[in-house]
Amino acid sequence: MSAHLQPSGSAYFLAAETQTPERHTLSVLVDNEPGILARVVGLFSARGYNIDSLTVSETEHEKGLSRITVVTVATPKVLLQIKLQLERLVPVHKVHDLTAEGKALERELALVKVAGAGEHRVETLRLAEAFRAQVVDATTESFVFEVKGKPSKIDSFIALMVPLGLVEVVRTGLAAISRGSEGM
Amino acid sequence: MAEQMTGAEMVIEALADQGVEHIFGYPGGAVLPIYDAIFQQDKVRHILVRHEQGATHMAEGYARSTGKCGVVLVTSGPGATNAVTGLTDALMDSIPMVCITGQVPNPLIGSDAFQECDTVGITRSCTKHNYLVKNVNDLPRVLHEAFFIAMSGRPGPVVVDIPKDVQFALGAYLRPEEVGASRHRSYKPHREGDLNAIEAAVELMLRAERPIFYTGGGVINSGPEASERLRELAELTGFPVTSTLMGLGAFPGSDPQWMGMLGMHGTYEANMAMHDCDLMICIGARFDDRITGRIDAFSPNSKKIHVDIDPSSISKTVRADLPIVGDCGWVLEEMVRIWRSKTNASRAEAIAPWWKEIETWRKRNSLGFKNSSSVIKPQHAIRRLYEATRGRDVYITTEVGQHQMWAAQHFPFELPNRWMTSGGLGTMGYGLPAAVGVQVAHPDALVIDIAGEASVQMTMQEMSTAVQYELPIKVFILNNERMGMVRQWQELLHGGRYAHSYSESLPDFVKLAEAYGGVGIKCSDPAGLDDAIAEMINVRRPVIFDCVVEKHENCLPMIPSGKPHNEMILPDHTEDIGSIIDAKGRALV
Repeated sequence: MSAHLQPSGSAYFLAAETQTPERHTLSVLVDNEPGILARVVGLFSARGYNIDSLTVSETEHEKGLSRITVVTVATPKVLLQIKLQLERLVPVHKVHDLTAEGKALERELALVKVAGAGEHRVETLRLAEAFRAQVVDATTESFVFEVKGKPSKIDSFIALMVPLGLVEVVRTGLAAISRGSEGM
Repeated sequence: MAEQMTGAEMVIEALADQGVEHIFGYPGGAVLPIYDAIFQQDKVRHILVRHEQGATHMAEGYARSTGKCGVVLVTSGPGATNAVTGLTDALMDSIPMVCITGQVPNPLIGSDAFQECDTVGITRSCTKHNYLVKNVNDLPRVLHEAFFIAMSGRPGPVVVDIPKDVQFALGAYLRPEEVGASRHRSYKPHREGDLNAIEAAVELMLRAERPIFYTGGGVINSGPEASERLRELAELTGFPVTSTLMGLGAFPGSDPQWMGMLGMHGTYEANMAMHDCDLMICIGARFDDRITGRIDAFSPNSKKIHVDIDPSSISKTVRADLPIVGDCGWVLEEMVRIWRSKTNASRAEAIAPWWKEIETWRKRNSLGFKNSSSVIKPQHAIRRLYEATRGRDVYITTEVGQHQMWAAQHFPFELPNRWMTSGGLGTMGYGLPAAVGVQVAHPDALVIDIAGEASVQMTMQEMSTAVQYELPIKVFILNNERMGMVRQWQELLHGGRYAHSYSESLPDFVKLAEAYGGVGIKCSDPAGLDDAIAEMINVRRPVIFDCVVEKHENCLPMIPSGKPHNEMILPDHTEDIGSIIDAKGRALV
């Protein structure tokens, strides 16, 4: 391949990236109107930002407000751009970087289906108890557990279930809120 | 008691209430009720275009030359998709535009109906905001809000998609004052910058020894007063002023403090001054890659003040030491006031060594070119055009490419809103329809599209619009039978392998002009150029001027991709132009 046909990296940031990417949780307060999720998600894909987790639901019905919780991985410079670009969207009220603002509360819920028999079933139930996972469905060959807590706790529970007959998992994505008396 | 009317009538009523006098559009099935309403009124004048892209660029030219909002009306499906290029162009260059699109009736949405497309989905990323109005009672509010959003803050295009059944439906019309500015309480652009930051900026300016004003399209968008304040501040401070492509005209091209445009095809003095300055005062510009060149070597020793109404433009590519979020005009006015309150003394002496250095760069005469008596040089053609139009009420639009850069370099402007060009998106085919839009707004002015023979063929059909409405635009084609900028890059980067960058089977532009009902003029002899230009100016009809120019002229000076500001290629370069850019630079655009 001749030199001029060799691909190179990004066209504009020739300088090597010196900042290291960080995982941040953003809370985005938006008007609950058609297309708002597409606007937010479209912005992330169009500008090449990452989405690790995304949770959306209406939170204040009378005011027509929804809250979107996004977990993203980016350098500090890009994180600031994400916040400012989100704030450019007309239906976006506020964007809070919960990670930057201090230790926010983060919770997630997962439904975990495990199939097995004999000793494995006993061990599964014992671990579920340790994780305060509830049995929400049971057959003679399987359980469905509901487990909630920090994402890291759910990760651990799922990892433990793998050798015991994990069938499938579904996770809600992150809900996060700041500590203390202040609202968004 | 609010007046009852159909959705279609509301559209006309809202346009009239928003002060709209002209709209650019093309009818079709899904907007027929609105066209019926247009037929029965005389408040809003409709200009029938030949292609919806033409309508959007006309609206852009109209908006940029007047400071008003450009308005477009198109049908569903292909009408909307054809408008996408102009919407994106307006978004990139922050041009206020409201584009009303017809949509198939509500019950048919999602059924792949005839001429259906997901207009709000397609235009979401190329508009500042967009709406699908499913209920006629929402329509008045949405229409007024669309204008508010398009015009305020950082301006941009807004799409309002109206299903046909909503156009027929009866509802209560509300006037702008009855619906309030915006239902979106989340949208609150603020004009006023932080006074403490502005004061800190003036302090930096008072101490600077190598300062420069780097201004952009934001000064134009802010209105003519912003240009006035810029002139005042420049006079007070004595600092040099350079501008981006989009900002030309905010500062007079005849002023001794004017450095010319900066960036990839900017002047040597502007780029060297940007590289070597100790204080950069960026006003309404966004550190675009055409401006900065290699970003890690961009103006390494300067403090940077950045004034912009859009917070996301600040520190996006280049870190600002002192950010000021606010309207350029407002901030400039405060800068003038605070500067005056702090000093009466001139800074002339303190910055005299800086000016001396700038003068040595100016002496390089980076816009120089070798003229010829046998063939018309494109730069010479633009300079003669400038001389011939001096003192007239002149507006210039351009297409995209070499001719655009030559126009920016060799056609100075004294006033804002006189220069319409596609900067951010770089849309070939912008200039001819933009000229039509400008001429609609300024019927007695001299409106010239400085064009290339390749670009102009992308929207040539709008000549028909110009003829229909007796709009005497002048299409001044610098015809080098090449896509000149593509050819130049192929020479620079691809070993002179000119893949598909020549224009074969060109039309006879004189006959083409005549076929449209306009006037055709051709000139290939430098000796006859002035007379031919005079003839063009004096015809009160649309003209296509086929100016046959040197075929292989390169647009210089140039910062090659991947290079910093102080490594420009100047017109007197001796090296082989193909050996200047290294492998890394070749991958850049």
